[in-house]
Amino acid sequence: MNKNIKAPISNEDAKSLRAGDYVNITGIIYTARDAAHKRMYEALQKNEELPIDMENNIIYYMGPSPAREGRPIGSAGPTTASRMDKYAPSLLDLGLKGMIGKGKRSGEVKDAIVRNGAVYFAAIGGAGALLSQRIKKSEVVAYDDLGTEAIRKLYVEDFPVIVVIDSEGNNLYETAIKEYNRE
Amino acid sequence: MRTINVDEITKNIKEMCIEANHYLSPDMQRVFDNALKSEESPLGHQILDQLNENLEIAKSDMIPICQDTGMAVVFIKVGQEVHFENGLLEDAINEGVRQGYVEGYLRKSVVKDPIIRENTKDNTPAIIHYEIVEGDKVTITVAPKGFGSENMSRVFMLKPADGIEGVKNAVLQAVRDAGPNACPPMVVGVGIGGTFEKCAIMAKKALAREADSESDIEYVRELEKELLEKINKMGIGPGGLGGTQTALAVNVETYPTHIAGLPVGINICCHVNRHVTRII
Repeated sequence: MNKNIKAPISNEDAKSLRAGDYVNITGIIYTARDAAHKRMYEALQKNEELPIDMENNIIYYMGPSPAREGRPIGSAGPTTASRMDKYAPSLLDLGLKGMIGKGKRSGEVKDAIVRNGAVYFAAIGGAGALLSQRIKKSEVVAYDDLGTEAIRKLYVEDFPVIVVIDSEGNNLYETAIKEYNRE
Repeated sequence: MRTINVDEITKNIKEMCIEANHYLSPDMQRVFDNALKSEESPLGHQILDQLNENLEIAKSDMIPICQDTGMAVVFIKVGQEVHFENGLLEDAINEGVRQGYVEGYLRKSVVKDPIIRENTKDNTPAIIHYEIVEGDKVTITVAPKGFGSENMSRVFMLKPADGIEGVKNAVLQAVRDAGPNACPPMVVGVGIGGTFEKCAIMAKKALAREADSESDIEYVRELEKELLEKINKMGIGPGGLGGTQTALAVNVETYPTHIAGLPVGINICCHVNRHVTRII
């Protein structure tokens, strides 16, 4: 099903999405990948505050290429989500409602998605130029020294993603592959 | 003896880094177009259409095809009649990478130390594979490698008794494990034989071969075809979201090996499989 949703995402919207839904996101999302996750995780262990609020937000696992003059951002496709699996459950427990990446997630992440009524979206891996055009504004809001791995606040319009793991724990990667498996 | 100024190497490497990251090579376009025609899943087809649109935008707006503009892998075949002047060849190659990534708005994805992980900020150093060959020419292939797919690559040290069936199982296992992580439809480079490091380099070289080329050895050619068919029956499909086009090509290279071993290297790449070759 095709759906349009606003970000930050409401609890109701997050729960209504089903694995296989094709979703266009409009609104504010944040980027963070390996190094930013490691830092946020370490901050939590030291009982320090996170640089961004998790409540109802969506994190996009992405590190862009540099923007040319006059553009908000360079190429901006998803990175492999499983590298963030170690850190994601703590963020979900703090209210994070959505993650955008590509590839498989661990059982721990799936459990945290279900426990918190959240959702894991895939953006199309390798479509960095196309996705770049759906990002209208980009601003570094934390960990500037990490370069491409800094936390960015993005304003996106009709950002195309597909629901892979929904709040009931359904996993599109598992079901879709079965449909075309001819081994 | 022919003398080449290393500045010429730098200039070419710079241009090739930028070219590889913005334009799909003609061989990859051919195998991609085949997949577009053959994909049976509607969602799979939609994803291939979007990847095609992405390639058009990359070209027309000069936005890299993928944000992971890779670690620069350089294969350089130097004719033994060539003499380089005006500096070290290795420095010239790295200078080309530096200029290409800085001036070409490419992402700097290289860290100076694997544990300390401080970014070098210019995407150097490159990974360079030298080969000394006959003649007075220099053949350079630049193949920027993204790590979504690199991380899913494997080396298996099989036993001779495992034979060709063991090789097939190893390749299929690597592809199955890669699944959606490697940005399918993927290209699979396989190196069979040699030593631990040789099979891995052959697998990388196999990726840099024309995607729709075939091995000169009959059994290897059949192996390439059979593996491609088997991979496309797995159902992984474009984006890993189901479909009949999981791999665009399987290229296999072989080399003599030891009586006690059967090394197999499997290097996986995404649907872009960036590679540009120039002869100087």
